[in-house]
Amino acid sequence: MEAIILQILNGLDKGSAYALIALGLTLIFGTLGVVNFAHGALFMIGAFCAVTLSRILTLSHEVIDPTRVDFLGNPLKVDVPYLYDWFGVETGDMIIDWAVPLSILFAIPVMIGIGVIMERGLIKHFYKRPHADQILVTFGLAIVLQEIIKYFYGANPIPTPAPDAFVGSFDFGVLIGFEANQIIYPYWRLVYFAFACLVIGAVFAFLQFTTFGMVVRAGMADRETVGLLGINIDKRFTIMFGLAAAVAGLAGVMYTPINSPNYHMGMDFLVLSFVVVVVGGMGSLPGAVLAGFLLGILESFASMAQVIDLIPGINQVIIYLVAIIILLTRPRGLMGRKGVMED
Amino acid sequence: MPFTKWEDFMSKSDVTRRGVLRTGAVAGAGLAVPTLFTASSAAAFTNEPTGSSVTLGFNVPQTGPYADEGADELRAYELAVEHLNGGGDGGMMTTFSSKALQGNGILGKKVEYVTGDTQTKSDAARASAKSMIEKDGAVMITGGSSSGVAVAVQALCQEAGIIFMAGLTHSNDTTGKDKRANGFRHFFNSYMSGAALAPVLKNAYGTDRKAYHLTADYNWGYTTEEAVKSSTEAMGWETVNTVLTPLTQTDFSSYIAPVLQSGADVLVLNHYGGNMVNSLTNAVQFGLRDKQVNGKNFEIVVPLYSRLMAKGAGANVKGIFGSTNWHWSLQDEGSKAFVRSFGTKYGFPPSQAAHTCYVQALLYADAVERAGSFNPCAVDEALADFEFDGMGNGPTLYRAEDHQCFKDVLVVKGKENPSSEFDLLEIVEVTPVEQVTYAPDHPQFAGGALGTCNPGA
Repeated sequence: MEAIILQILNGLDKGSAYALIALGLTLIFGTLGVVNFAHGALFMIGAFCAVTLSRILTLSHEVIDPTRVDFLGNPLKVDVPYLYDWFGVETGDMIIDWAVPLSILFAIPVMIGIGVIMERGLIKHFYKRPHADQILVTFGLAIVLQEIIKYFYGANPIPTPAPDAFVGSFDFGVLIGFEANQIIYPYWRLVYFAFACLVIGAVFAFLQFTTFGMVVRAGMADRETVGLLGINIDKRFTIMFGLAAAVAGLAGVMYTPINSPNYHMGMDFLVLSFVVVVVGGMGSLPGAVLAGFLLGILESFASMAQVIDLIPGINQVIIYLVAIIILLTRPRGLMGRKGVMED
Repeated sequence: MPFTKWEDFMSKSDVTRRGVLRTGAVAGAGLAVPTLFTASSAAAFTNEPTGSSVTLGFNVPQTGPYADEGADELRAYELAVEHLNGGGDGGMMTTFSSKALQGNGILGKKVEYVTGDTQTKSDAARASAKSMIEKDGAVMITGGSSSGVAVAVQALCQEAGIIFMAGLTHSNDTTGKDKRANGFRHFFNSYMSGAALAPVLKNAYGTDRKAYHLTADYNWGYTTEEAVKSSTEAMGWETVNTVLTPLTQTDFSSYIAPVLQSGADVLVLNHYGGNMVNSLTNAVQFGLRDKQVNGKNFEIVVPLYSRLMAKGAGANVKGIFGSTNWHWSLQDEGSKAFVRSFGTKYGFPPSQAAHTCYVQALLYADAVERAGSFNPCAVDEALADFEFDGMGNGPTLYRAEDHQCFKDVLVVKGKENPSSEFDLLEIVEVTPVEQVTYAPDHPQFAGGALGTCNPGA
């Protein structure tokens, strides 16, 4: 029972990342009709927003410590962050410690900006081109973006820890009546799940309860008619691309304490996220979220030693296996709409 | 005098059936030349250098997840070339026990090099090695950061008649079932890691422990799991479970979450590179190291450490045991000379990957000098059972039977209070070579045959 609860928690956590990325992908596909293979790269760039802010906050000047030597035997040069000079060591350390949550504020404008530039500068030229062209150009863009990140940040993972207050794990089992140490779950992963729910809720609320959102939904349903009403739907769709980029970016920012970011982390998520979108139903936002959590939980269960013993290799194929079964039984995915990608 | 050195070298060689075969192959290759080749090619062996320079091929990951490790390997090779050509301060050439290298290139030929990108993919590595051999005329291929790549390129070099000096490759199979006469490994292997770690783990954690292994699902993972499992079980540990994890896995939470419920009190992470960074980070996140199981503190072990990778895991490596081939903080004259050379040129200390690549380049050059020929079979003869010192690992033997170097192995631990971004590991024990030496027919290295050297052409 404990193992099952743990894997459900793990699944929800994994599903959070899948759902956030798939949500952005679906937003872009639903509004602009573009299959964006660069979306994983946006997740990765979001993570590197956190790395960048960490580096900005730790910008330092060198002070020579004559009591210690470096690896060549020279007096050791110690880096002292400017924040120490400006706010004192204690406050400076606290600001640096909270670099990841602070990166949310940093990442939102950066990611919206990158999204808008990407859409206006490149992707809009491919709206009328076949999906295959869109896939090729966005996949190429993803490779370019990750190589740029690699050039500046290197290929190795870069540790970007959570604030000290969220380091460690929470005995979830005790809370629900189990013995101590039976269901342990890291604080930050719980934060990630809560954050994902918050972002997903905010996106749905934005689309459901604002005039802007209403116009966008109308445009998703019938772009031509909305255009005939004199509404500049293209401009709104561009903003939606920026919003989708921001959602992916925020998913990346908050993911950095879970796994140290590296330049190809976006590619690791991309294929899975596309499977999530297809399983959820092309163009369906609730479908993307539902499929994200569902596949996350299934992937976690398939990684259990007992399951692997029973069906060797199941952990490597479970997502694709489920995708095949769902598409065979529900060809439009879990919540797909008729007519989407069927012309 | 070269003749004296050659004589010295010959006196060290055992007269064995394999030795006779090898010598025969050298002679045979020479004698066979007139009948094998047309007038357009008079070479005795593949890519025989005929001008005033000789080309070496450095095949390292320049793209992909191990690109930083590959960049460090390339720096080391460039330094080795500089030293071989008489530039810089000579580095480990000044401490190397063999004095055949004079700083005038190799056999008087200026050393030049070409590079290839393995991408840490076997097919890409073979393609880049093939290109360097066929288009650039490389007489030796070296480098790499993966056992899969090493085994693939080694097999290619064997077919092509080129010497392969492996870079970072830790799987038993490189000098076990996949060994080749034209291939040589200086780096240590999984068996040695297990043999070196076991006594240290015994002292630190006792003999009554239950281990849970998470193992990367590929060749290196299997051999490392087998090595650590057998050496820890031999000292009394019980293996509770072994679980294979996909090489592409990034989030290990679903593999780590069940560990505490298994009754295990030690988690062994048979992972390298990004896998190691992520699995270790996840394990620490789940608070495993703060837990008590079976009345003991829960512990984590990482059999193969790399400083470059440890950096990615940040503070999570603190207090965690592992093994490594070499570390820049070693205080022997060879290590100090290399760190000084490398650090002065590049501004930071070299990694273990850089060290093994630098040493391999020098060992190859030295073998050619002592043999008086670039012929792979002559090089093979010169390296077989070659004993040397002054290269950072103490007295070392290049064993003839499998072309594996035997030397001391370092057991390290993540440092609690690092003084810099390079100061992540501390050496807790230098395990003597006798403790990590095994018979050539040891079961973990069974299968395959070294065969005879191939001069190609």
